[in-house]
Amino acid sequence: MVKILKKEILASGVKRFELDAPEIARKAQPGQFVVLRINEQGERIPLTIADARLDDGVLVIVFQEVGKSTMLLGTLEPGDLIMDLIGPLGKPTEIERFGTVVCVAGGVGTPEIYPVARALKQAGNRVIGIIGFRSRELVLMEPEMRQVVDELLVCTDDGSYGTKGLVTDMLQKVIDRGERIDRCFAVGPVIMMKMVSLLTKKYGIPTIVSLNPIMLDATGMCGVCRVEVDGETKFACVDGPEFDGHKVNFDLLMARLKTYVREERQAVELFRQARAGCQGSNKGGA
Amino acid sequence: MAKISPKRTPMQEQAPQVRRHNFDEVPFGYTPEEAKTEAQRCLQCKKPGCVAGCPVQVDIPGFIRQIAEGNFLEAMKVMKRTNVLPAICGRVCPQEVQCEGACVLGKKMEPVAIGNLERFIADWEATQPECVQCEIMPPTGKKVAIIGAGPAGLTVAGDMRKLGHEVTIFEALHKPGGVLMYGIPEFRLPKAIVEREVNFVRSMGVKLELNYVVGKLKTIDELLNEFDAVFVGTGAGLPLFMNIPGENYLGVYSANEYLTRSNLMKAYLFPEYDTPIVRGKNVAVVGGGNVAMDAARTALRLGAERSILIYRRSREEMPARAAEIHHAEEEGVEFQLLTNPVRYLADENGWVREVECIRMELGEPDSSGRRRPVPIPGSEFRIPVDTVVIAIGNSPNPLIPQTTPGLEVSRRGTIVVEPETGRTSKKGVFAGGDIVTGAATVILAMGAGRIAARSMDEYLRTGKW
Repeated sequence: MVKILKKEILASGVKRFELDAPEIARKAQPGQFVVLRINEQGERIPLTIADARLDDGVLVIVFQEVGKSTMLLGTLEPGDLIMDLIGPLGKPTEIERFGTVVCVAGGVGTPEIYPVARALKQAGNRVIGIIGFRSRELVLMEPEMRQVVDELLVCTDDGSYGTKGLVTDMLQKVIDRGERIDRCFAVGPVIMMKMVSLLTKKYGIPTIVSLNPIMLDATGMCGVCRVEVDGETKFACVDGPEFDGHKVNFDLLMARLKTYVREERQAVELFRQARAGCQGSNKGGA
Repeated sequence: MAKISPKRTPMQEQAPQVRRHNFDEVPFGYTPEEAKTEAQRCLQCKKPGCVAGCPVQVDIPGFIRQIAEGNFLEAMKVMKRTNVLPAICGRVCPQEVQCEGACVLGKKMEPVAIGNLERFIADWEATQPECVQCEIMPPTGKKVAIIGAGPAGLTVAGDMRKLGHEVTIFEALHKPGGVLMYGIPEFRLPKAIVEREVNFVRSMGVKLELNYVVGKLKTIDELLNEFDAVFVGTGAGLPLFMNIPGENYLGVYSANEYLTRSNLMKAYLFPEYDTPIVRGKNVAVVGGGNVAMDAARTALRLGAERSILIYRRSREEMPARAAEIHHAEEEGVEFQLLTNPVRYLADENGWVREVECIRMELGEPDSSGRRRPVPIPGSEFRIPVDTVVIAIGNSPNPLIPQTTPGLEVSRRGTIVVEPETGRTSKKGVFAGGDIVTGAATVILAMGAGRIAARSMDEYLRTGKW
């Protein structure tokens, strides 16, 4: 059992939890993830570690409410317990002094790239951050990102905040400035990572992406997270989750993510009905 | 003495057409009367072949004599001296090639149904208000870490605890039991039974740390700072694929994934449980072992109209137990023998739609002694499917070997041990079960655990490596 110590709403449908998990926090490194299971009926959901603090043993996760499990997770409050937390899993990000690096994130990819950007900065890189969101109310962690990068570019699809455009437009601008970029890191929706990788490939900029396939045990046992990298099948949970973006078959990843679309929709529908039912009966009983 | 019945006492079971639609256990178990009748068939040999045939040397004539006399409590006491997991072993051991295979009655008639009796006595105990406790020796002050709460790890835990050592098991998953929990289906081994036997091991004073991935949270070297000895029983957890075109299409599962969803995560109860599983109408399972049978029978219970087993050799070479093959066939699993998949075809969304197979014939014997299957050119044909389960085996989980310097590993990725002691190349570290042998059986893992526990105890007492 793991206790939720703090809860924050970062943006519409995006929540941040601080968890009391000293053992995992002690070992967690940028790029790694945890798996959690809320209760006995729960599924195992993988979430990237957004931060880990050694001094007070706090592990930070940020999640977007996209399905039943994350919606249920979002209803938990400080003091509540999560049944299972497993980690740190996956290989850590390879952090070196590369020179100038660009960290590109889309949406909830931002809290995931935050510890990576910070570690790259600490390793002596010049770090340019690019974070993009659909619109103003979804912008998150801008001040935190600003603290760990040398330069931060913020954009929204609709122009309601920052520059209007996609992260790839911003990346193109940075490339067009003519400065040498030694490495690019991209975390976010699959289509975004694909577009970033296509762009950087044109310019020969090595690019690392963090993949988010469906996972089950997340320790290499089931193979549901298999992705194709350079024509070879890899297990994202143990061989990744980070891979060379120029070699990933993103289309396969996008297709495989849709395996349980129907079941996910059904679960969300039942969850909403149950919530509505319970609020209704509360009123009736009052 | 009455004349011995040449036939064993049959065990009642669910009818095939009923059970193929539910996840309840197939056999019902013996009644006390049936158990006594069967136990009375035992000749109580002076030199019992059955005990020699048992990897954990259960005192088989001893517990059977007690059953024959109606002393069920005594029978359980005899059992627990050597085996703390009898309800599991009674169900999943391949008795026909072990104890029952060595039963002297088997020469002329049907051997004593030892597995059924073992299962009976364990299930009988479960109905009693209290269970038989094991004698625990005084504390030795030594601490033992066990990695993996599967059959090997649980056996080592029980044995070491009985000898007075302090024992902690580290398990990566959220439930203990390993393959007993994630791999073997409810209808063959009810999860409540696994939980009960694991709880018994706990009741002996064994500590259990769940959700603990050794190699990530702590390495073996770190554990050796806190513990006097370590046992690695992490199993053969890495699923093999055939590396043929289309294997990553939607709807293609490894058996580990398919069975873990259904068994550990209870996806067959979706949406009451959150984990989904594809309820395919036309399911193909590739492989011929027990895991393949489990997957094919699970598919039926999930509502498949056709569950087709594709195996590249003939029935004689199938590694599955005869009883499992028989059960699968009774339930309506179709066998495509001497057949091998060559590629998968998908619809426009990437869902598997057909499997293209090729017919095989048997050639010369290969290194396993079985006749090698050879493809027949031009014999390709297709089977329409919407779900495929690959059950061609597993290789050892590489996490521990990768994170443990000084631990010798074979080319196949298994941990190298001295067979008679379970010692690895690293001082204080023992290993056993599938991580050493590659994928095998529950009871062989338990046997390896027993051997390792014996030499681990000696190491802890003498300090000699």
